[in-house]
Formats: sequence, C-alpha cells, structure tokens
Amino acid sequence: MADDNKPKIDAATGTEIKHHEWDGIQELDTPLPRWWLWSLYATIVFAIGYTIAYPAWPLIDDATQGVLGWSSRGALEKELAAREAQVAPIRKAIAQTPIQDLPAHPQLMQAAIEGGRSAFRVHCVQCHGSGAAGSKGYPNLNDDDWLWGGDLMAIEKTITDGVRNPDHDDTRQSLMPAFGKDQLLQAAQVDDVVAYVRTISHQDRANAASQRGAAIFADNCAICHGPDGKGSRELGAPDLTDAIWLFGGDTGSIHDTVWNSRHGVMPRWDDKLDKTTIRMLAIYVHSLGGGEATPAVAQAQAGQ
Amino acid sequence: MLIPGISSPLYEKRKGVYPKAVDGFFRRFKWAIMAVTLAIYWITPWIRWDRGPYAPDQAVLIDLANRRFYMFDIEIWPHEFYYVAGLLIMAGIGLFLVTSAVGRAWCGYACPQTVWTDLFQHIERFIDGDRNAQIRLANAPWGPAKLARRLTKWSVWLLIAFMTGGAWIFYFADAPTLQHQFWTGVAAPVAYFTVALLTATTFLLGGFLREQVCIYMCPWPRIQAAMLDEKSLTVTYKHWRGEKRGSLKKAEAQPGEFGDCIDCNQCVAVCPTGIDIREGSQVGCITCALCIDACDKVMEQVGRPRGLIDYCTEEDAEAEQKGAAPRPVLRTLLRPRTIAYFMAWSAVGVAMLFALGARTRVDISAQQDRNPIFVRLSDGTIRNAYTVKIRNMEARPRPMEISVDGLPGAQLWTDATAREQAGRTLSTTVPADSVARLRVFVAMPGEGDTRQDFHFAVRALDKEGGDNREPARFERPE
Repeated sequence: MADDNKPKIDAATGTEIKHHEWDGIQELDTPLPRWWLWSLYATIVFAIGYTIAYPAWPLIDDATQGVLGWSSRGALEKELAAREAQVAPIRKAIAQTPIQDLPAHPQLMQAAIEGGRSAFRVHCVQCHGSGAAGSKGYPNLNDDDWLWGGDLMAIEKTITDGVRNPDHDDTRQSLMPAFGKDQLLQAAQVDDVVAYVRTISHQDRANAASQRGAAIFADNCAICHGPDGKGSRELGAPDLTDAIWLFGGDTGSIHDTVWNSRHGVMPRWDDKLDKTTIRMLAIYVHSLGGGEATPAVAQAQAGQ
Repeated sequence: MLIPGISSPLYEKRKGVYPKAVDGFFRRFKWAIMAVTLAIYWITPWIRWDRGPYAPDQAVLIDLANRRFYMFDIEIWPHEFYYVAGLLIMAGIGLFLVTSAVGRAWCGYACPQTVWTDLFQHIERFIDGDRNAQIRLANAPWGPAKLARRLTKWSVWLLIAFMTGGAWIFYFADAPTLQHQFWTGVAAPVAYFTVALLTATTFLLGGFLREQVCIYMCPWPRIQAAMLDEKSLTVTYKHWRGEKRGSLKKAEAQPGEFGDCIDCNQCVAVCPTGIDIREGSQVGCITCALCIDACDKVMEQVGRPRGLIDYCTEEDAEAEQKGAAPRPVLRTLLRPRTIAYFMAWSAVGVAMLFALGARTRVDISAQQDRNPIFVRLSDGTIRNAYTVKIRNMEARPRPMEISVDGLPGAQLWTDATAREQAGRTLSTTVPADSVARLRVFVAMPGEGDTRQDFHFAVRALDKEGGDNREPARFERPE
C-alpha cells in the first residue's frame, strides 16, 4: 500500500492519475481553475448575506426574520392590495353607472360578469348550485323563466332585498294560500284544479276533471296567476303554462303545492354585501343566458 | 493549497494567453465570418417588412407580450411552437452535420464566444500591442501608464459589450420605438436589466474568461469530442513530418537528424486558447486554424512545403504516415454519415416548410358548458351553451360565418344577442391576427336523443375564403 501515496503521472498530459480504476479506465486529477474556487467563495458570501437579509434560520418556535422584513404573507398582502388598487376604478365605474346603462359598456360588463362569477361561488352556490342550475325549490338562473323579472334592474332588486324576508319591508313578497290544509278548497276541488293546471301546461288533454277545475281556477287562482294562468311578475306568481316547474310539474307535486302552498325564502343581501358586488352578481346572473332587456331600453329599441 | 500525500495542487492559477497577430487564409476567413455574423446580429432587428396596418413592420420580431413570432413572411402563433422546436432540432442536427463534416468548425469560426473573444483580442492588440508587449504589460507593476492602458481597453470592451447587450432587446420589440424609449428612460425595466446582464456577461466572457469558457463551462467540446471519428477533420500537427524538432542551426549542423518543425513556437504563440497543437488533438483546440496560418508562413520562410500543421482526418493521418499521398481535404464532406445527417436535417426542414405551406389560417374550437350541461327553456326547448373560439391568423379583420352541421332545426344565438334574433347561422368579424371568443347558445326541441353529435363550422366570407370544422355534442335530459 505504500505505493498508493506516490503520485502516478500521466505521460501524455503530465497530470496526476487518481488511484482508482474501472475496467482499465482511470481518472486524471486535473486541477480546477482557481477562479472556480473564487466563485464558490462568492456563493458562500452571498448565502451568508441572504440568510441575514431574508428569513432563514429555524429557531424553536419561530425563525430568524431577516433584516429586510420580507415575509410571504406580506408579499401576498402587497399583491392583493395592488390588485385592489388596480380594480378599484372599474368597481367605482360599475357602481356609478346606472345598471340599465351598463350594457353599453362592454368592458365594464365583462369585468362585472367576472366579479359576479367569483362572488356567486362564495355566496349563492349553496342554494342555486355551482352552475346556477338550481334544484327543486331553488330556481335555475340559466333559463328564461323569471318569477320576479329577468332584466338587470329586477334581478338587482331581488338580490338586494331577497324574497320573503320576514324582517324586511322591501323584500319580494307573495303568499299563496294553502288551499287544502287551510280547507279553502275541498279535496275533490283541489284534484280538479290540479287537473286543470296539468292541461293548461299541455301535459294532459282536457277532461271532465280539468273542466270542473277551470271554474275553480278562475275563482281562486286567477287573481294572482291570471285568467290564462300565465302568472304575474308583480305578484311573484309563476307562469303555470310553461315548461318550467320550480317544485315539479307532475300531478303529485302540483297537488302538494296547491294543498300546502310553497314559501321559498331567499335572504336579502344588502346587509351582507356592498352595492357593487350585488350589482356584479346581478349582471353575472343576467349573463347566464336568460337575461332580459330592461323595459326602458327595450321600449327605446322598439321605438327605433 | 496542498494536501499531504498528493503532489499536484487542487486549484490552478490561470495561465495568461496572449495570442500573437497572424495573417493568412484562415485568419482572413475568420475576419469575413466575424463581419458577417456581427452584421447579422446588429442589423437584423432594423430590417423593416411591410405586413399591412394590423401587424408590426419588423422583419424579425419575437413579440413575447402578444405571443407572436415574426420572421419575414412567416408568423408563428404560440400553438405553432413546434416550428420553433423544429428549428432547434435542425440546429442540433446541423451541428452534428457540421461536426462530422468539418469537425469543430462551429467552435473555431461561428460560436459567439469565439467571435467576441476574437474581436476583444483584436482591440487588446490595438491598445496594448502584440503578444510580447502584452506580456510585458501584464508583468509590469501597476502604475499610471498601465492603468491608463487598462482603463482604455476596458472602456472599449464595455462599449462593445453594451452594444452587444443593447442589440439583443431589439429582437423583442419594435426596434426604433424601443431605442427611443431606452434613451428617454421609459423602456420596460426588463429591457434595462437584460442590457445590463448581457453587457456584463459579454464584458466578462469576451474580455476575461475567454478560453476558460470553452474548456470548463461549455458542454459542446465534450459532446463534439464524442462525435468526432477517424474521418472527422481536425487541426493536425503532422508529427511524422515535423519530428524530431530542431532549430534551423541544429538542422544545418546535423542534416537528416531533424524533421520539418523548427520549434519556433509560432503555433503556440498565435493560439487563442493557449494550447500546443503539437501535443495532438485536445479539448482546448477549437480548430480556428490560426496555427495553420502561422506555421505555413514559417514554412514558406524556411523554404519547406506548407501544411506541417493542417486540417486532416485521423484516417488520412495514418495513411500519410505509411507513405500515401495527401488526399484532398474536401473528400471528407461526402460520406454516409454526413449524408445521413444531411438527410435528417433536410427532412425536418422540408417537413416544416410543407406544414407551413399547408397550415390553416382559420380555425375554430368549441367547448361545451359542463355546468349545467343543458337548460330547459320555458317553451320546452333545450338549450346547450358553448364557448366558441374563432382564430383569424391573417393580418386583417375578416368576416366569418358560424353554422352548425348535423343538427337540423337548431337555433343559434350568442350572449350578445337576444333569443328573438336566433338564426341558423351567426356572423361575426374577427379582428386581425387574433382570436374571437363567442358564447354560443344552441336551442333544439325538447324531444329527441339524449346525445347528438354535430359539427360547428366556420367559413371566411371574404374572397380568400377558408373554412374549418370542430366536432361538438348536443345533450338533453333523459
């Protein structure tokens, strides 16, 4: 082993050969350039400076904070604040423009739709679903059937004041009597009026029961749902002739509705959200595919 | 720094390299290549190219902000990035081709590290004098004269480095505009940062690190070392002709004892990487061939045939040693390996040209809303919604018509129009060189298959025409 300490020199290069060998292949011990060593020292110096400047060394329940005071939370807050400042003028413009005039500003509309989309995912999906398609008792906001109106102003009003909020005077309010439970109609009369509703919605052909039901309908239901059953948005009375049923259009469901009545509640949002967010929500819901033109705008267009 | 038992130091101080000026065929060739490559680099961003009012008029522009790459008549969109990949593949195979045909020609002539180092060395000779003066100056103690020369040299280097770094940014924005912005201080911070960084690296790599880059930093010499074979051209010292070395005096004193090499060391003096080519092919040799020029000149002076150091393949070297006549150097260009590389290289090129010629300028994509998939409308019809994107790759706005194919009775409208205006087709004008995004509603009668496959079709309505289709699906509740 004494020989191992003697340097072996490669004849061709004059460089020392390392004392190991793999299948006859040996390694030259070529010296590294000295500037390479200096760059190693430079990175060490940089690393020391870095750990002083930035949070680095773990302590028992904390870590060194670094003299620059940087933190990832702080960086996030800064970015969020910058983003807020960036969108502030757009939010302001959305809030200040009358909602019926906003469709004339495509960029504001686009911003409002995106803002409304994210607010919807936080506040509305619990009942209306992530795609706003609703479920039994919770309206589908994608379709073209609106209980209280589908123009921007009407939607904004519904979101602001809610539906059947007990402690709020401005809330959307309608009250269908429980015709069966409260014995306003007899059981047979309820059956007849259900049969009638089935015919005006084109689900059943006219029959004896439905003909009897027509008269009962005219006396008890037409005051809100209209003589032809097309409903009334002023009263929040649904259109009974279309294909959309909030609580189901089969005989059993309609019977249940007439017997017990239905009183769906939507919270008011003006005490939870700011006006701009509510406005953006209204614009988003309006954009889902069923939005209607505001009456004033629609009239102006018709006049042209 | 010594470790007991090990004789050689772990770290080595850099040996100064002071290449001597030389003239000759290869030196002139290198001047020409330097002039051409630097001209290409500095002039390219300033070439104008008319593309009409909707596209930039810079011939070569990498518009990162708008995700477009312009090269004369070719415009590349991000989704066509495979063209860039193809160019990189061609560059890779091209290097293989060049290496197998003419050895490390890239290293010796065209590599930016070589070109800028060459330029910096020329400036060095202009300011400090030739090799011997440079060595004297390097060994001289620091004083006002040395400081003045150093500062002058470094200033000129810095100026060139700044021009080098400065030119780079013009490939990424409209050059005249950016130049104005740059000098008035309103250019993007990244522009200043890029210029500063490239100025620093050019100054450092061209002025100081030089051959260290080739020997220690660059992977390419290693790859090339693996790619060279016995048929590759390398700069070869013909030791069978040159050895045994001896000065002219010795040769006169003992005729027949010495070879052609008069041991004048000119080949070492002119070498920009500071190697001795007479030790054989090595990683430090970038095959710049300046030693060939130097040796040829000396051979001419002493009345011996040129080519003691010359381009030569290993195979020919062996043949010549056995007494065969030197074979023409260019013969090495045509052999199966180079031809195979050339075929692969041109196959990629031809395939790209073909794809470029056949690529569509109108495209459509349609993505169905998944939540909800369908909506029942009050009249009982079913509505599906799609996000349809129309891509217009021409540099002018184009009127387009969207229709559905295979969905009889469908009504189409968008989020910008009311259902009352629904029709069989939709018309839109797609702005120049951009993608139009439409939310398209499609309504069908409530009764029917739960799934119906169809196509969205787009057709350009101007006289150049062009169309495209995209498969889609209409779904109903069960």
